[in-house]
Amino acid sequence: MAAKRLNQKDKYRCLTRDLAWEPSYQTKEDIYPYERFEGIKITDWDKWEDPFRLTMDAYWKYQAEKEKKLYAIFDAFAQNNGHTNLSDARYVNALKLFLSGVTPLEYQAYQGFARVGRHFGGAGARVACQMQAIDELRHVQTQIHAMSHYNKHFNGLHDFAHMHDRVWFLSVPKSFFEDARTAGPFEFLTAISFSFEYVLTNLLFVPFMSGAAYNGDMATVTFGFSAQSDEARHMTLGLEVIKFLLEQHEDNVPIIQRWIDKWFWRGYRLLTLVGMMMDYMLPNKVMSWAEAWEVYYEQAGGALFKDLERYGIRPPKYVEQTTIGKEHISHQAWSIFYQYSQATNFHTWMPTDEELDWLSAKYPDTFDRIYRPRYEHWREMQARGERFYNPTLPMLCQVCQIPLSFTEPDADTTLSHRSVLHAGERFHFCSDGCCDIFQYEPDKYVQAWLPVHQILQGNCGGGDVEAVVRDYYNIAAGFDNFDYQGSPEHQRWQQWQGDRPADFNTAG
Amino acid sequence: MPVTAIGAYQAQSLDRQENFNGLQLVYLTWDRHLMFCAPFTLPLPPDMPFADFIDNVVKPAIAAHPDAVRVDFAQAIWRLDDADFQPDWQAGLAANGIGHKSLLRLDTPGLDGLNGSFN
Ligand SMILES: [Fe+2]
Ligand SMILES: [Fe+2]
Ligand SMILES: [Zn+2]
Repeated sequence: MAAKRLNQKDKYRCLTRDLAWEPSYQTKEDIYPYERFEGIKITDWDKWEDPFRLTMDAYWKYQAEKEKKLYAIFDAFAQNNGHTNLSDARYVNALKLFLSGVTPLEYQAYQGFARVGRHFGGAGARVACQMQAIDELRHVQTQIHAMSHYNKHFNGLHDFAHMHDRVWFLSVPKSFFEDARTAGPFEFLTAISFSFEYVLTNLLFVPFMSGAAYNGDMATVTFGFSAQSDEARHMTLGLEVIKFLLEQHEDNVPIIQRWIDKWFWRGYRLLTLVGMMMDYMLPNKVMSWAEAWEVYYEQAGGALFKDLERYGIRPPKYVEQTTIGKEHISHQAWSIFYQYSQATNFHTWMPTDEELDWLSAKYPDTFDRIYRPRYEHWREMQARGERFYNPTLPMLCQVCQIPLSFTEPDADTTLSHRSVLHAGERFHFCSDGCCDIFQYEPDKYVQAWLPVHQILQGNCGGGDVEAVVRDYYNIAAGFDNFDYQGSPEHQRWQQWQGDRPADFNTAG
Repeated sequence: MPVTAIGAYQAQSLDRQENFNGLQLVYLTWDRHLMFCAPFTLPLPPDMPFADFIDNVVKPAIAAHPDAVRVDFAQAIWRLDDADFQPDWQAGLAANGIGHKSLLRLDTPGLDGLNGSFN
């Protein structure tokens, strides 16, 4: 008996929708308990349209081909000592930020999608989430493999999974995903699929991958391309999810709007790290953070929210503050990392004269007035052999967990600060956006694991920062951290490059 | 709403004062001196006299700034948790009304940071 070949449409039905079943001895409410507590109303799961009618067998075939090509390039990169063709070894610090700050988020995304994939009553949505979970797991693996080559030749890439759970600045990306993963399934999808992947992900991947290309890092470019087709699928899913939820019931609209407000703000704050990478960590620069924000958010996001107006959705709350903030946040972030460089797994440095001029040109309204004087002073200190490291611990925002380093939207030389009393305890925030998030669900955020407070409670292996960094973070002093200038990494790079002058990075 | 949860949910704050082994946290920021990227988090005994706080904590914390040597603490203007504040130099921090996780803002008129750049 010859097996009948299924056409695409039948195959799709059999391998996705047909995987559902009608329960006979349990209620749907008991099987999918998380579908209701957030207040989202689903009237008909069959209205779910899969943006990509992809079945598992096609998925395996397609991904396996991509994987083969990817690993062939990794091999060639390793055999040709590709790392010696970089623009400059300072670039590798962007990779350290990526490996410790982004790759663990891919793993968190995998965990999150695996969970929500279990908790939806609609088979189409379940399968889409499961496939995305597998994609995200693949992204973790390919990123680790791409960077493992650099780990042989550069410092600070040795223990990213351990650091993700412990190092102070990594609590920023970590808390972002933990907030999403501990929310209900529909908030998770609005947070990650829509707000992050659809609205903001271009701001993460385009700068990193173009930055890699501009700086000779072909391994990273390659995994970027390999992930990009997955990412396109995730973005489409993100938009479908939001439209599906908005069309299911009008009561969903205000709930979704609040989530968009929240996750836009959290995503914007998280991307501070990317802004800093673009403006400061790429020796060959792609575009400034302000330009990237204009192209990838203001233009693209503007069109998107116009489109969503017919559902009753407006642009995210406080979006006007990001138009002001784009002129500041990368400089503010670099100032944090420069003065706390003794406690990170990467190097920092003061921009060269040429870089300072580039920053002046890209930020004509803010850079020379506020940030250049600060940097010139630090460069003088460094030239005197008194490189500035801040000996105290910073105050953190209870929600985004970033040091309180942002300035007021309407007063850019005044520290931005909000605070509330909740159950007799005082809590502090960097902005109205973070303060609102806390006030809607205070009991979630009073439990925030703020690294500074944990160190001071004695929960990170002692109160002395040097011991915390060495023993609890597993960061080697003078080797993985401190200034790039004169570091073992800088010296090694110069050896590779022949006789480049030793002081190319200093003032004057 | 205290939290959106599937059932009853009791949260435990992680940073209550009793978790700090007898100390309290005080945050300190110096207006117009953004060179210090964020306010400092200072773990202190609640009964530390304000005068000791200035000499043993505030002065070393801001020492790296060239304006630090020119600060006249007798003329400084303080704000505590967004309200005007007049410290009693002999009294302890808690007796001064400086609570756990209070934010103190130090304002030193006439000192505008590095070359007047508010840094
Ligand atoms: Fe991913
Ligand atoms: Fe993704
Ligand atoms: Zn914040």
